[in-house]
Amino acid sequence: MGSVSLIVLTIAALVFSAGGILIGRLFNKGSKNSQKGQAYECGIPTTTSPWNQFNVGYYLFALLFLIFDVELVFMYPWAVVVKKIGITALFEILIFVFILFMGFLYAHKKGALKWM
Amino acid sequence: MFSLQGITSGIQSFLHARFSASGVLIFESLIVILLATTLFALLGLVLVWMERKVAAQMQIRLGPNRVGPMGIFQTSADTLKLILKEGLTPDGADKLLFNLAPFVVMVVAMLLLAPIAFAKGFQVWDINIGVLYITAVSSLSVIGILMAGWASNNKYSLLGAMRSGAQIVSYELSAGLSILTIVVLTGSLQLGDIINAQQNGWWLFKGHIPVIIAFVIFIIAATAETNRAPFDMAEAESELTAGFHTEYSGMKFALFFLAEYINIFIVCAIAATLFLGGWMPLHIGNWQGFNHLMDYIPSSIWFFAKTFALIFLIMWFRWTFPRLRVDQLLNLEWKYLLPISLFNLLLVTVIAILGWHF
Repeated sequence: MGSVSLIVLTIAALVFSAGGILIGRLFNKGSKNSQKGQAYECGIPTTTSPWNQFNVGYYLFALLFLIFDVELVFMYPWAVVVKKIGITALFEILIFVFILFMGFLYAHKKGALKWM
Repeated sequence: MFSLQGITSGIQSFLHARFSASGVLIFESLIVILLATTLFALLGLVLVWMERKVAAQMQIRLGPNRVGPMGIFQTSADTLKLILKEGLTPDGADKLLFNLAPFVVMVVAMLLLAPIAFAKGFQVWDINIGVLYITAVSSLSVIGILMAGWASNNKYSLLGAMRSGAQIVSYELSAGLSILTIVVLTGSLQLGDIINAQQNGWWLFKGHIPVIIAFVIFIIAATAETNRAPFDMAEAESELTAGFHTEYSGMKFALFFLAEYINIFIVCAIAATLFLGGWMPLHIGNWQGFNHLMDYIPSSIWFFAKTFALIFLIMWFRWTFPRLRVDQLLNLEWKYLLPISLFNLLLVTVIAILGWHF
């Protein structure tokens, strides 16, 4: 169908989810009381905001992911042509992977892969 | 002979005979919208029912058996209940992001349907960069999850979203690398080409042990990417209530729930397409008679049989393995799966260049 299909599918998803939510809204009016809108925390009143500090480990892994994901994107065009080019392409990617793997080992040595 | 390809080409020629080019486009769009939403609803109903039945069988229980024969309408009843529930937005939440998140998750799930071939010639759009498109779009779903967790203004939600972000992002690497092995063997990113390359046997059987390793790694990564047990850190019920959708209720919760099951289906469909030949029947090299016999089974049945077999496998995992801790989970990916899949890719490249595969 061509690239129009992406727009069509997006519209389908929006119609599907908006339809569901609107139908749900038709059937109930909802009641109001002061405690209803509180965040759930096992039944006890909430203390302090959750929008606070969180473990830096998540951030480290996100950074590591960025490096390797960019590498992966570079490998896609290589993967398409490697069979045609043959052994030269293999050696080129070996150098590429070797450099990346050194980076990976460095991150490992520095303790970036350890969960704290 | 009954085939979906005949139906689609029939509809297309019928429309072309009656309407102008833009009219045809509008009608085709309407048909796609109708089919896609129907597929979503049906898949949601079937997969949730299947999950509960499989879980019940594993634990020697009966599972849902009251609503309809074998409890088949249990999910419909549940959906009806969720429609009648109030969709609550907490006072402290970021209202815009909170209400936007289910839409993002659903749009991503829907967009992933585009390149999947459900049967021979039955595909929304055979994108020429299909595999790259799938990896690109599937990584967007993490945005919806982070959005939901962040906007809820709830500690459980935020923690669940953070965990799920780290997990999805990490396992995407090994999933991508195992997808690349098939791209190396086929030399094309188009899903149609990949399926056609498996005409004389599925890649799982043609590519020796390295492809089997890639398949196993892909299934592990797929389980982790869909936040399924044993990788369900993001919604570990016993510690985080429900993870990133703790604050959601009513239809918004239903949308998250549905998107989760749709994602399982899509991931399994991709695994079936890449490694098990999609709609391609089981062919063995030059065994003409055997291949011909297998062709009698319609291609849509092959596709759905493979996909549901893989879905069953992932449901099986849930009741077999205990949940991993977050550090074990990241260790498994970064210290084992990523290096293994990197070297596995190089191995497959050697096999592909030397032509050792069948």
